[in-house]
Amino acid sequence: MIGGLFIYNHKGEVLISRVYRDDIGRNAVDAFRVNVIHARQQVRSPVTNIARTSFFHVKRSNIWLAAVTKQNVNAAMVFEFLYKMCDVMTAYFGKISEENIKNNFVLIYELLDEILDFGYPQNSETGALKTFITQQGIKGQTKEEQSQITSQVTGQIGWRREGIKYRRNELFLDVLESVNLLMSPQGQVLSAHVSGRVVMKSYLSGMPECKFGMNDKIVIDKQGKGGASDDAGKSDLGGGSGKQSIAIDDCTFHQCVRLSKFDSERSISFIPPDGEYELMRYRTTKDIILPFRVIPLVREVGRTKLEVKVVIKSNFKPSLLAQKIEVRIPTPLNTSGVQVICMKGKAKYKASENAIVWKIKRMAGMKESQISAEIELLPTNDKKKWARPPISMNFEVPFAPSGLKVRYLKVFESKLNYSDHDVIKWVRYIGRSGIYETRC
Amino acid sequence: MQEWANQLCENRQFGSKMTDSKYFTTTKKGEIFELKAELNSDKKEKKKEAVKKVIASMTVGKDVSALFPDVVNCMQTDNLELKKLVYLYLMNYAKSQPDMAIMAVNTFVKDCEDPNPLIRALAVRTMGCIRVDKITEYLCEPLRKCLKDEDPYVRKTAAVCVAKLHDINAQLVEDQGFLDTLKDLISDSNPMVVANAVAALSEIAESHPNSNLMDLNPQTINKLLTALNECTEWGQIFILDCLANYTPRDDRESQSICERVTPRLSHANSAVVLSAVKVLMKFMEMLPKDLDYYGTLLKKLAPPLVTLLSAEPELQYVALRNINLIVQRRPEILKHEMKVFFVKYNDPIYVKLEKLDIMIRLASQANIAQVLAELKEYATEVDVDFVRKAVRAIGRCAIKVEQSAERCVSTLLDLIQTKVNYVVQEAIVVIKDIFRKYPNKYESVIATLCENLDSLDEPEARAAMIWIVGEYAERIDNADELLESFLEGFHDESTQVQLQLLTAIVKLFLKKPTETQELVQQVLSLATQDSDNPDLRDRGYIYWRLLSTDPVAAKEVVLAEKPLISEETDLIEPTLLEELICHIGTLASVYHKPPSAFVEGSRGVQHKRLPGSTESGESESPDTASAAAVSDAPPAVIPSQGDLLGDLLNLDLTPPTTTGPPPPASSGMQMGAMDLLGGGLDSLLGGDLGGSPAIGAGFGAPPAAMPASFSAPVSGGLDDLFDLGGGVGMPMGAYSAPKTVWLPALKAKGLEISGTFARRSGVIQMEMTLTNKAMSVMTDFAIQFNRNSFGLAPAGPLQVLTPLSPNQSIEVTLPLNTVGPVMKMEPLNNLQVAVKNNIDVFYFSCQYPISMLFVEDGKMERQVFLATWKDIPNDSEAQFQIKDCHLSSDAASNKLQGSNIFTIAKRTVDGQDMLYQSMKLTNGIWVLTEMRVQAGNPVYTVSLKCRAAEVSQWVFQSYEAVLKN
Repeated sequence: MIGGLFIYNHKGEVLISRVYRDDIGRNAVDAFRVNVIHARQQVRSPVTNIARTSFFHVKRSNIWLAAVTKQNVNAAMVFEFLYKMCDVMTAYFGKISEENIKNNFVLIYELLDEILDFGYPQNSETGALKTFITQQGIKGQTKEEQSQITSQVTGQIGWRREGIKYRRNELFLDVLESVNLLMSPQGQVLSAHVSGRVVMKSYLSGMPECKFGMNDKIVIDKQGKGGASDDAGKSDLGGGSGKQSIAIDDCTFHQCVRLSKFDSERSISFIPPDGEYELMRYRTTKDIILPFRVIPLVREVGRTKLEVKVVIKSNFKPSLLAQKIEVRIPTPLNTSGVQVICMKGKAKYKASENAIVWKIKRMAGMKESQISAEIELLPTNDKKKWARPPISMNFEVPFAPSGLKVRYLKVFESKLNYSDHDVIKWVRYIGRSGIYETRC
Repeated sequence: MQEWANQLCENRQFGSKMTDSKYFTTTKKGEIFELKAELNSDKKEKKKEAVKKVIASMTVGKDVSALFPDVVNCMQTDNLELKKLVYLYLMNYAKSQPDMAIMAVNTFVKDCEDPNPLIRALAVRTMGCIRVDKITEYLCEPLRKCLKDEDPYVRKTAAVCVAKLHDINAQLVEDQGFLDTLKDLISDSNPMVVANAVAALSEIAESHPNSNLMDLNPQTINKLLTALNECTEWGQIFILDCLANYTPRDDRESQSICERVTPRLSHANSAVVLSAVKVLMKFMEMLPKDLDYYGTLLKKLAPPLVTLLSAEPELQYVALRNINLIVQRRPEILKHEMKVFFVKYNDPIYVKLEKLDIMIRLASQANIAQVLAELKEYATEVDVDFVRKAVRAIGRCAIKVEQSAERCVSTLLDLIQTKVNYVVQEAIVVIKDIFRKYPNKYESVIATLCENLDSLDEPEARAAMIWIVGEYAERIDNADELLESFLEGFHDESTQVQLQLLTAIVKLFLKKPTETQELVQQVLSLATQDSDNPDLRDRGYIYWRLLSTDPVAAKEVVLAEKPLISEETDLIEPTLLEELICHIGTLASVYHKPPSAFVEGSRGVQHKRLPGSTESGESESPDTASAAAVSDAPPAVIPSQGDLLGDLLNLDLTPPTTTGPPPPASSGMQMGAMDLLGGGLDSLLGGDLGGSPAIGAGFGAPPAAMPASFSAPVSGGLDDLFDLGGGVGMPMGAYSAPKTVWLPALKAKGLEISGTFARRSGVIQMEMTLTNKAMSVMTDFAIQFNRNSFGLAPAGPLQVLTPLSPNQSIEVTLPLNTVGPVMKMEPLNNLQVAVKNNIDVFYFSCQYPISMLFVEDGKMERQVFLATWKDIPNDSEAQFQIKDCHLSSDAASNKLQGSNIFTIAKRTVDGQDMLYQSMKLTNGIWVLTEMRVQAGNPVYTVSLKCRAAEVSQWVFQSYEAVLKN
């Protein structure tokens, strides 16, 4: 198991050091600094073995978190733990920075003592932790309160405490998708997928039982078949009927979701944590709506000039508006000057980034825009050809490119007197660009 | 460290807000003294501040142990925050101040009784972290109470504490009966207590490999599976990892566990997913392949594995390393998922490299076009390592998918045109491999390659180019000029290039003898006279000798058709792969090494194996069966390139008088040479020249020089030559089998090991030929044995002093002793060996003849023999027959004596000779036999008595082997 956990600043100075196992000595702290943080070469692996000691590290801005072990630990678990550790710290004091860590070192030690015992991760849900690890100290707890804390920390529903009350029961669902694309210069889709997240903010009283439904193809098909026989015929005919249902390649759930129920009935039921959390992640690859198409044209005019023309086409309902559109056209390293003309938005050559950045604030669906640029090159004798990185794009659209629709989110709380109808629900869809690239 | 402390100090002076970071700033002078005063202050706030300062100093590595008594004094407080700080201090310094740590015990014991469960847990948790013997004693009672505490939070903490205590004092834990209490906790009502108990037990069980501590049975498994649905994500990981160690009784149990584990594949925590994958991969082995469920399961595995690739980069890396293993074991799972492994422009380099590896593994005729297009893109990227690997991948595709070879070659040619130095070099190296796979198919590209001759500065690329020129010398008009140009700086080249150049020029000479005589003489003299490298010298001598004795034979040898190279040279050896599959998700799967390679001590060293398919017999998958066959059966004899060289030498050195075709068995000459190098050598060096009878008898022709060459080891290549020659053959004394291939090059990244066992002058030896069939030099050899039935262990390190160049073989004799750890193996004479070199660690298993364990003093007194024979009950008598043996009883007796099977008495009854024989094994086991030989009857009957009946079978084999050879 994890033998020790260190946090360093960018210079390699230790900010936090907690050792859990006897086989990890103080010299491990230095070994990591010398061999990884101060190493001249770029890091080639997140797992480093130095003198039979293994170091796992992640970096958050310029802070290094390193877990150390001498055993054959579960590597995936160690990284998951490090991420979790970052989440917990962020939940407690905001951004992970040197300043914040120093200011909260006592708290961090307290957390580390609680969420890692002899190197074994323990309950690390912030909701639960915040009930008994506070910087104010816990005074005047009654016996009931104490046992409530412990039963929550160790209980089946470790992510939610009892006795939460809201005057207004409200929940927000955000369907956040990032659409990824790799397209060949000829417009052929090399790979495309949507990775989506359903983020929920719940402000619900008591211990509500929730059920979430979406237009999952498997569920819809099953219901179609399970329905009346005349109905079944209809749904078969309309099998490929547009975006009625979507095929989900795979999904993963927050630990509150009853996985065995999903496995057997494909229903998503859970008691949600209080506040904001990620209910599920999913991935689709079929019938993705690609919001933008990028058509590049690069022409080399002699050895010292390049002509670039890029057309973008928006491909969604004209009534919708895409925002924060940015097209990034890479330029060769030996670029000496660039002239750009664009129909819409603003375009600038950024020498430090070796790219032309074209920004458009808003663009409606089914529109088209174009940029052309002349790139002057310095003559070089560098034999190596310019690698031509792909043209990348950023944007935000108000729909889910996968076609996912939330069908319902039902809330049941039998003990308190509010029903599903009393809960105010908000649903929002946001599609963003993930890695959206077109080779040129 | 002081620096940022000071900096902060300044900030403070400039009026930034007062925060905890101030504790990191302290005045240097009298700091400890001041702290001491503050710690003893009456004001609570001040005390707390002081403790915080102490902890801050501790963090940055300052020694504040002098404050121990003062800090401990602050322990008795009802302020939990302060208490935690003091505990933190204690954990750090208790070990260095054991006497004073005792002061804290009282508070701990008191805290363990506190009404607040959080404080009880805190106390027991901290106490377990204080590694001071005296404290440990006091820990037992509170721990016992806490294990049965009414509060689950305390119980789950106590469960882990048992593991802590076990780490400090294992005996104490056993004596106090904590293990049983811990086992009881597996049935606890609280899932988190169960999970922690499982984690603690698994850890303790790891350090007692043979104890049946976990005692996994269907009932406990059921409990675990129930807890699995309810506990935290971390608890699920502990439980799944523990489940993976269980072996279900049959395929039905296996299926029902799989069914209950599959829902975990949808967990958001990647570690839960990977651990579930591990359980499924393992239990799947037991499912019949025609079962519907088997297919369903295969389909269910792919999506979660793909999803792992959208996790954070570090986890992607772990996932990819594991997918690499899974793809090797069950390629069908991900065969349609090629696209997700395409490299993204901003993937971290470690993710890129791993993806590339998997892409090659998944490349097939169906997707090769896409793959090639991708690889070509990658070859233009910036990172040198990545680009090289991409180029290499193109070559691998060509070799793997024959239909694509042509496109691969043209892609490589395009890349060569870019003139980017390292791309060109890498391309040439892989084109050489393509030539070896498809001889005489693509030589049209040679001209292009030759244009780039000057830009090659890496040995591997130079060697590859030279190989190509030599191989196709007849089609390259100026081959002699090209090779000659390399010859100028011969001594500055690396060994790899020198060897290749030597061979290439000899090839050229054999192809175009007239115009290259001078060149070949030049290279031979450079190699043999001016070089200090024994490998080079050896090869030079061999060629020289060959060319001068029999040019026709030389042609046959040097220009012999080469075996085609295989598709997958980098597959992980099957037994290792099986073991790694059992370690999915862990560090072992990230390093692709067994835990024993990087974990110290006994922990996790036992090797895990996949379960076999169960009795549902007829449906046993051919896949697993063949895999099992590969790992279990001793490897068959495969005559290979390396041996060819050995044989050749024997041919050359054997005087014409000795008879018969030399390979692979024996001739008188070889026996002599062998003995001289083996057992005889010791006596020879010991000054006892007459000691080895083999010398005179064995050496006819080449011999006069021999003693001299031994006394002056540097005298030339001859001794090395003999060294090589010893590879095949059989010594005079004890019987030893001809060498067989133990580790084929295919499975060991080009390292081939063949070998045999022998007993010479009372020393058990493992005689091996290591052959490097890879493209790069191998160094740093080492060897290790797994525990085995007779405690065989290397008596010294593996002596491979010079690096092993490509295409080179070396003979190594490893003396063994029998004082190593003992574990009964199946079969009894099985030996599992690990060989390490600079490239990797490889595993193989081989079987040794039990006769090599027969010791020299195995002759029993007659009386004792009689008594013992009577003493051993008749039902443990084994009888067997040896057929087709035409030796007389005396001859047989002599022959057996050579292998330390001693005839004690002989009597003749009715024309039948009865020989009474005894032998003793290294571990003191006596074996008594009665052998009946009837004149004219080729069938011998041997009756055998031994107190350890399981050896009989192997003794019988020895008889058979000794008598028939």
